[in-house]
Amino acid sequence: MSELFKGKPTSRRAFLRGSVAAAAGAVTAGAAQAGTPEPLITEVQDWATGLGDGVDASPYGLPIEYESDVVRRNVEWLTADTISSINFTPIHALDGTITPQGCAFERHHSGAIDLKKEDYRLMINGLVDRPLVFTYADLERFPRENHVYFCECAANTGMEWAGAQLNGAQFTHGMIHNMEYTGVPLRTLLEEAGLDVAGELQDKWVYVEGADASSNGRSIPMGKALGDCLVAFKANGEALRKEHGYPVRLVVPGWEGNMWVKWIRRIEVTDGPVESREETSKYTDTLADGTSRKWTWVMDAKSVVTSPSPQAPITHGKGPLVITGLAWSGHGAITRVDVSKDGGKTWETARLSKEGEAKALTRFYLDTDWDGEEMLLQSRAMDDTGYIQPTKAQLREVRGENSIYHNNCIQTWWVRPNGEAENVEVS
Amino acid sequence: MSKFLKFTLVAGLTVSATATAVWPGEYGLGREALPEEIAAWDVKIMPDGRGLPEGSGDVWTGEEVFIQHCAACHGDFAEGVGNWPKLAGGEGTLADKDPLKTVGSYWPYLSTVWDYVNRSMPFGNAQSLSPDEVYAITAYILYSNFLVEDDFTLSHENFTEVEMPNADGFIVDDRAETEYAIWHGEPCMENCKDSVEITMRAAVLDVTPDEEGAETEAAAPAAEAEPVEAAAAETAPEPASAPDPELVAAGEKVFRKCKACHQVGEGAKNRVGPQLNGVMGRAAGAVDGFKYSSALEGMAGDGLVWDEENFAAFMADPRGFMKGTRMAFAGLRSDEDIAAVTAYLSTFGE
Repeated sequence: MSELFKGKPTSRRAFLRGSVAAAAGAVTAGAAQAGTPEPLITEVQDWATGLGDGVDASPYGLPIEYESDVVRRNVEWLTADTISSINFTPIHALDGTITPQGCAFERHHSGAIDLKKEDYRLMINGLVDRPLVFTYADLERFPRENHVYFCECAANTGMEWAGAQLNGAQFTHGMIHNMEYTGVPLRTLLEEAGLDVAGELQDKWVYVEGADASSNGRSIPMGKALGDCLVAFKANGEALRKEHGYPVRLVVPGWEGNMWVKWIRRIEVTDGPVESREETSKYTDTLADGTSRKWTWVMDAKSVVTSPSPQAPITHGKGPLVITGLAWSGHGAITRVDVSKDGGKTWETARLSKEGEAKALTRFYLDTDWDGEEMLLQSRAMDDTGYIQPTKAQLREVRGENSIYHNNCIQTWWVRPNGEAENVEVS
Repeated sequence: MSKFLKFTLVAGLTVSATATAVWPGEYGLGREALPEEIAAWDVKIMPDGRGLPEGSGDVWTGEEVFIQHCAACHGDFAEGVGNWPKLAGGEGTLADKDPLKTVGSYWPYLSTVWDYVNRSMPFGNAQSLSPDEVYAITAYILYSNFLVEDDFTLSHENFTEVEMPNADGFIVDDRAETEYAIWHGEPCMENCKDSVEITMRAAVLDVTPDEEGAETEAAAPAAEAEPVEAAAAETAPEPASAPDPELVAAGEKVFRKCKACHQVGEGAKNRVGPQLNGVMGRAAGAVDGFKYSSALEGMAGDGLVWDEENFAAFMADPRGFMKGTRMAFAGLRSDEDIAAVTAYLSTFGE
């Protein structure tokens, strides 16, 4: 591992002690339920007597204060500063599949810039019949589409290669979000500029870059560019957030998040890859013998139990328990997720909340009756190519331990009888 | 919004008036990109050197430029400072347990270095270097990796002759053969293992951020506005001397150029540069725990105290005002920006 992932020690989190105390309390209250009538019910409460807020109390609503812990968090020791850095989606506290923009992870290379729609220009040049410049308003005049896609950073779970490291699904798997994008197919824009002059398209590439100082340029093979890429300006029905590339970003379904260039300003048709910093020195995968894979764009099938998990311990004691998590694949749709409670000895097939959609998050549930004993919880995703999510040992066998990116291993949470959970590795 | 709509309506009319039958596209939207515009934005360098502008730079010039613009983060010898990227060293470590990936040990193409330095560096002041400076910095990085001698000059003419040690160190994604073929089929459901042991625990390593600390951080944005006002009240007892709020707001925007290296406000810490709370009116070089350049320490020893006048001179031309400063910032071009950032900084007390 690089020095990037060497941690500073922090104290054991009091959060867990708090939750476990709460769990004990909940169990006691549960036992006493038959006896004393609850004042919450028998006494008239303030909110049932007085009045609440009027409309417009908050013209653009934010979550109620009681949810203030459901926020993005960063890991300070990971990067030199917060401008070229990353934070994590609180997946342990979310349900369903759509990630609200306000808590969807951020990754910037030179900070989130302010770029007005009026100041926005998109250039298409290179091997095109006629180089073009579009304004934001131009983009809104092309036929547009809506699609739900996950965006996963190639480094998601990257800190876990050498061993169990970060204690929480947010930190181990939170470099991901899933939104409904509105935008124009990249194909439409390329065809508008004309590809006749490019000749044979198979060996051509599209280089994309952003308007920020990093510009984060990436080369995309023409096949993908003419496939499902989207030049998007809305997410979950509203304008993109500044931190996600307002006013326009590229969506590259199923492929590593670094390629989803934010504030996209230029699209160039080229006769080869540019081999930019982000596709050579970064986002390449070094194998045990020191050679490195490049162009590892697709994010393979992966899943994680989001609850119970270290930040979401069981607080209700034994009995009915909903085990839930997320699964996704950059190759297609999730067809099945299995869950193990014993570290991979036996597996049960979980219920998908709805049929898996291609390159989008799928929510799974295992509705179970917990006996109060310890569990080694795992989930294992399968996609419609027949791929089965591997264990960390299987990945290491092929790739060694020096990789950072594209770690899609099976995750294990050790759930104790008191409901606490911890990130562990098992044999 | 209405202004924006009017603007685009006018622009739209102009465009459709000029769009004629030569349009290749189906929709006739957008306008032709002009050669000057393409030249301004299309600065990419291909691996075979296509796109390189004419120019050259030698190792010794490179060292000077590097120390001025890059060393604050990357170190005088490109060895890296703290968590900032190391650009030199690591040769032969790629198969080791902790590979050190630098330009010398890892980067397969020199074009990537030129392209990236030219478009994205220095951090916080991108696209400010001349082609000759970029050639010189690139030459110095090669020298720091022992890939060229100290009398080397890099130019557009000899650029592709430089051999990168790890040029052959990459293979194209082979997961389809090495992984997908194996992890396939009907998965095991019962008796998949004889025993299961916990082999490693995150709690033992204990590097997870403190959730309570994180909550305080999360609450910070809401509270951010307050310390500014409170500090302003403390440092400006005379209403007449209170900085103009508009100027302060403008200064906050200008300060983004400084943020990569300097923090200000509640909890500000020293980063690449010292934290700047209470900088106006304070003796130069007085922040605890920050290692200043000898140039700054020299001037501090001579009794430099930051005021509006000398601070403005420093901002206008950092290296002219203080020869040998480690601050890699080129300076602020407009007097308005200097006045604004001064007003902004004056709102932060010690």
